[in-house]
Amino acid sequence: MRWTGLGLSLAVLVAMAALSLAVGAQAIPIGEVWQQFWHPDGGETAAVIHDLRLPRTLLGLCVGLALGLAGALMQGLTRNPLADPGLLGVNSGASLAVVCSILFFGAHDMTTWVWFSMAGALVAAVAVYALGAHHPTRLVLAGSAISASLVAAINGVLALDSGVFDQWRFWDVGALAGRSLDVVAQVAPFVLVGSLLALGLGRGLNVIALGEQTGRALGVRLGRTRLLAGVAITLLCGAATAAAGPIGFIGLMAPHAVRAFTGPDHRWVLAYSAVLAPALLLAADVLRRVVVRPGELESGIVTAFVGGPIFIYLLRRRKAVAA
Amino acid sequence: MRTLRISGLALRVHVRACVVMGCLLAASAALALVALTTGSALSTGDALRTLFGYGDAATELVVYTLRAPRVLLALFVGAALGVGGAVVQSLSRNPLGSPDVIGVNAGAAAGAVLMILVLGSESGVSLGALVCGLAAGLLVYALSFRRGVKGTRLVLVGVGVTAMLHSLIAYLLTRADLYESQGAKVWLIGSLAGANWERVWPVALAVVAGLPVALGLSRSAALMEMGDAAAGALGLRVERLRLVLLLIAVGLSGVAVSSAGPVGFVALAAPQLARRVTRAPGPGIASSAAMGALLLGAADLVAQRLPTPGQLPVGVLTGGLGGLYLAWLLYREWRR
Repeated sequence: MRWTGLGLSLAVLVAMAALSLAVGAQAIPIGEVWQQFWHPDGGETAAVIHDLRLPRTLLGLCVGLALGLAGALMQGLTRNPLADPGLLGVNSGASLAVVCSILFFGAHDMTTWVWFSMAGALVAAVAVYALGAHHPTRLVLAGSAISASLVAAINGVLALDSGVFDQWRFWDVGALAGRSLDVVAQVAPFVLVGSLLALGLGRGLNVIALGEQTGRALGVRLGRTRLLAGVAITLLCGAATAAAGPIGFIGLMAPHAVRAFTGPDHRWVLAYSAVLAPALLLAADVLRRVVVRPGELESGIVTAFVGGPIFIYLLRRRKAVAA
Repeated sequence: MRTLRISGLALRVHVRACVVMGCLLAASAALALVALTTGSALSTGDALRTLFGYGDAATELVVYTLRAPRVLLALFVGAALGVGGAVVQSLSRNPLGSPDVIGVNAGAAAGAVLMILVLGSESGVSLGALVCGLAAGLLVYALSFRRGVKGTRLVLVGVGVTAMLHSLIAYLLTRADLYESQGAKVWLIGSLAGANWERVWPVALAVVAGLPVALGLSRSAALMEMGDAAAGALGLRVERLRLVLLLIAVGLSGVAVSSAGPVGFVALAAPQLARRVTRAPGPGIASSAAMGALLLGAADLVAQRLPTPGQLPVGVLTGGLGGLYLAWLLYREWRR
């Protein structure tokens, strides 16, 4: 049953990826997409597919996969249904680093921002983890405390310097468009390592869900599971934020939506999140190209508008909410 | 916990919580005095004389028309946010719960941004924020109602609605021109600049009306933290109680946000700080109110006095001060 569902989800993901290549200001028939994808003839259609839509689709896959997994890990790790992947301070650390890079080094292109935001994410995550590693509630509080301080610093800079604000507001909405294949190549290794780590942690998270004492009694090394989960979240979420800006909602929503089908077993929640989160992100990305032709809307915006109602519907439908 | 007995009556008193409350109130009063009597326009002696009724028209203008409303606004908004946060955290049994989570702040912010950027009306900002904030809070309640409201479902539905509202705000910000967009951003961070008595009264009234009710219900709220079934078995009407508590939280924070902007982190941090300092069980309504007032008052004083080019919005400092304070408390617990 769950295997069938996973297969169906994969099919949906593939369909979304194909749509993402085919749909846009200039619609291309699927057959031609297939043809041009494998045998580019150097024409305009091939350029649209290979230079514009392919990087964007790959980025959507990477970012969606990373955020879905990071969200599922975060909720399992903190046992808190409100935990989103940004809670480890990763998003705000990355944002602050980007703001600083604009302010002090005059950086203004994506490929430089990627490294700054990865570094910022890492520093913030280490700080939060050091403060709150020993207990889920404390981790949550440490995360929100550090995030609040970082956001305060960001807001301080933005309120005083309109030049930085002007560049930053476009990074902040979260977008898949306008990123080159270089950006994808920069973050893909981090996402890959993080995903492999994450997918191996399902069993450990199941034990954490039972509580400290039971977990210890069952002979699982909780400290190691927590540390690995922290590392995976930082890699995944840092890479996603670096590549596409802070796309917040999807990482929180995907695991909840997925639990409606899988139940509380984290191994399945992780697997489903890894497939359905990128599907949702790509769907939102396709939708925004269709809705406001020929202009576009930023991904972060559409994701929340598409995901929000689905999320609320699933919550209302379900009898009990398990973290 | 001590028990106080006076001629047949017994009252249970948490000594540490009472002492902490006293300290918080004293600190808030001292802060208000400092904010009223120091500053660039007036010497401290003149300001003190004016406070005792011996000032002239010019000094009275500075103290009563410029400084006093701002101090009171900070304290009342802080208290309102603190109570709102304490109530929602207790209702949702989640330390991340705060009125921001159930959509009030985002609704108010969306209302204000719509007013500033779309209708171009500066005067309608407070009203728009108030209406949209309350509407968002009630919408979240209605959407999560399904044979009763579960705490978790309430906050999760709130998160969904909040995300949608935030993306609406982000959309409006990128579509507007830079100058207007930055003005809206300053409102979104939360600012007490330009406070006047008209902005103080609604918040003061809301706190004076809402705080006693919240205090009266705090024992029941503490029972509800044990779970709906246990609370019901003890004779509480769980669903009605939850609605009343939620209305208090939504009302208080809606009014607070409409007059000062969605000042961040006070509602989340005040109850946590209060709980860690008092070490008392229960939702800690009174101590959260005092802590919220102190936090926002201090942040606003620092915001005014920091030598920055242009005044920082107070929301920047609540996040900074509150975040660092909470991190420090956590660090001390970790050392122990």
